[in-house]
Amino acid sequence: MSEALVSIPATAAAGEVIEIKILISHPMETGFRPRADGSLVPRDIVTSLRCVYHGATVLEVDLYPAIAANPFFVFPLRAERSGEIVLEWTDWQGEVHRQSGQITVG
Amino acid sequence: MRALLAALSLGAAAAGAGAEDRRSGFDYMSPQTQAMQADDTANPGMLAVLEGRRLWDAPTGSSERSCSDCHGVPEDMRGVSARYPAWDEISGGATDLAGRINLCRSRHQDAPALAYEGPELLALTTLIGLQSRGMPIAPDPDARLDTWRARGDALYRQRIGQLNLSCANCHDDNAGRRLASAPIPQAHPIGYPIYRLEWQGMGSLHRRFRNCMTGVRSTPADLGSEEFIALEAYLMKRAAGMTVETPAVRP
Amino acid sequence: MTLSRRSALVLGLGAPLLLVTRPASASPETMAEAIRDFTGGAEPAEGRVTLEIPLLVENGNSVPMSITVDSSMTAEDHVAEIAVFNERNPLPDVVRFRPTPALGQAVFQTRIRLGDTQKITAIARMSDGSLWSAAMTVIVTAPACVES
Repeated sequence: MSEALVSIPATAAAGEVIEIKILISHPMETGFRPRADGSLVPRDIVTSLRCVYHGATVLEVDLYPAIAANPFFVFPLRAERSGEIVLEWTDWQGEVHRQSGQITVG
Repeated sequence: MRALLAALSLGAAAAGAGAEDRRSGFDYMSPQTQAMQADDTANPGMLAVLEGRRLWDAPTGSSERSCSDCHGVPEDMRGVSARYPAWDEISGGATDLAGRINLCRSRHQDAPALAYEGPELLALTTLIGLQSRGMPIAPDPDARLDTWRARGDALYRQRIGQLNLSCANCHDDNAGRRLASAPIPQAHPIGYPIYRLEWQGMGSLHRRFRNCMTGVRSTPADLGSEEFIALEAYLMKRAAGMTVETPAVRP
Repeated sequence: MTLSRRSALVLGLGAPLLLVTRPASASPETMAEAIRDFTGGAEPAEGRVTLEIPLLVENGNSVPMSITVDSSMTAEDHVAEIAVFNERNPLPDVVRFRPTPALGQAVFQTRIRLGDTQKITAIARMSDGSLWSAAMTVIVTAPACVES
């Protein structure tokens, strides 16, 4: 299932600060939206996002209903060594989704 | 002489709106929303494209055929959406792109029609629309579409609803002015399906038509209706030569 | 029909179209309380944090926001957490970032929802425990011709 568009540069110089972008396909249902009959559409949001680089968590993000639908984040990362950069996000059901990219640093 | 020819070729284009005066809805947006459209890694329409690619390759219906089985790669659809609405020989009428996909499903894939505003059909029309991005709107030249366009032209100018307004009242006479703090665009539907911030999701031109009809307190016509296809056919002739932006972002 | 009469009609009859039933919302007091919870009662200093949001927003459903904290992001001196609060959404929290020195810089972009014109506050807690903040008021309008 297509879940996110992740943008990670393929290469970087050692020590260079790169930009990582992620756009997650998710309605971020706030839980405050009323239906025609007055009942509320139940909350269903992505609750957290994490970036892991060389096995270490380098960034954690807590998302609240105030994050817009199809959550979008841009953040920096200092490229130190070649390897995998992993983006993980947890949805309302507690399921963890994962997407990663390889970076060559040299 | 050239100006006269240009005015004639635009046919029933609104008085005063020569080709040079036409502006995309993009121009009326804030720089931030423009940036959101221009960046494929930030434009949520590209999520629909991703889903569209998956559907394009997926076997469907009792035929177990995918779009790719007949049509190859999505890139082979270059220029297709820029022609629509187009003439369909078998049904003897005009069809929009969404209608065309459903005709393909029923005639060649033995698959049921997809819901007009459902995520699958939006994903496929966005995928195909993307293949025409950057190209000029080039309406199907089939002369049998002329009566549809004429009907669309008449609909465009017809006052409707409790507010008794026509499309032309806002989008020709008052384009560039503000309505309830939002700028009124010229209504060239060159970026559909769009990611509309108000919808928090993708949507079709026909959905947008329904919003406008509700806005003037009129009973909206149906998604995929002949009325909307005629209006779309007129608007695409009016926008001929402008650049396809699919998937556009709009407020 | 002259323009002014027509637009008056539209504005007059159009206003109810833009009314949305709103659940109980946060308030300046709720936001202040949420901030106190985050800071442990300490008062953040103004500075080091730059909060960028367009002053006038086309649609509150998707508002671009950028936060920059002036920090070299070294092991000895870095941003430990950034919290963003609002005044008038149903909940006072918007987002929290917990960066590490591995990022190299502290600059974050995202898109948020704002239910109304309101004040947004961003607070950064540094590795030495110091607190810094920035705030701005954003005007939220809505597009015309909505669904219902």
